[in-house]
Amino acid sequence: MTFAQCSILAGVALLFFMIPSMWRIVIGPTALDRIVAVNVIGTKTAVLLVIIGAIFERVEMFVDFALAYALLNFTGSLAAARFLHRTKDHIDDFDGEEPPTSDAA
Amino acid sequence: MIITVLSAVLVLSGLVFFVGGAVGLIRFPDFYTRTHAAGKGDSLSSFLVILGFAIYQLRDFESFADDWLTILVMAKMLGISLFIFLTSPTSTHALMDAGWEDGMKPTIHPARPKLLNEDFDKFTT
Repeated sequence: MTFAQCSILAGVALLFFMIPSMWRIVIGPTALDRIVAVNVIGTKTAVLLVIIGAIFERVEMFVDFALAYALLNFTGSLAAARFLHRTKDHIDDFDGEEPPTSDAA
Repeated sequence: MIITVLSAVLVLSGLVFFVGGAVGLIRFPDFYTRTHAAGKGDSLSSFLVILGFAIYQLRDFESFADDWLTILVMAKMLGISLFIFLTSPTSTHALMDAGWEDGMKPTIHPARPKLLNEDFDKFTT
């Protein structure tokens, strides 16, 4: 098996590993679960861009795309975490037990 | 030859850890354990895969004066992997902190709810 076949195998496998994260985005009980799954997909996409560059033998171009994607992914997830912080609206669709802050406060 | 084998081994071992992250994200019971699986699996496996492709760039390396562009691309790829290695745990920690301060309750053993309430009193202000 040459290294090009190995890269294609890695890229297809990464694409299939995105399916559980996509399923978690669909069923995830709270909004934070969905944001974690989006973050996982973004990290996988940055790796996948490097793999695509290696397959097309243009790594020097795709590596900049991957760097920009990783930066945007980090900024986006931090912004989502700060936005949902202390709003408590995203807990309402959580169909488990009651959130315990009412007793603790 | 040895560079090709080494990079293929690194890429395939990175895929193994990606399997761990995906299975943990779909199988674990509550938000905190899922975040744990996502952060750990992603950081190590991205590091291994990108390190494998960065080492593969060195296959035609002869001298620094001719192939400095290869070294530059390799340094950028190592920078991406270092960046993901730093920021993936940071972002998952930020999301977990937002969930904790909003009162999202972890799934715990039935004998431990009292300890959990003590932790809430201690850490939420």
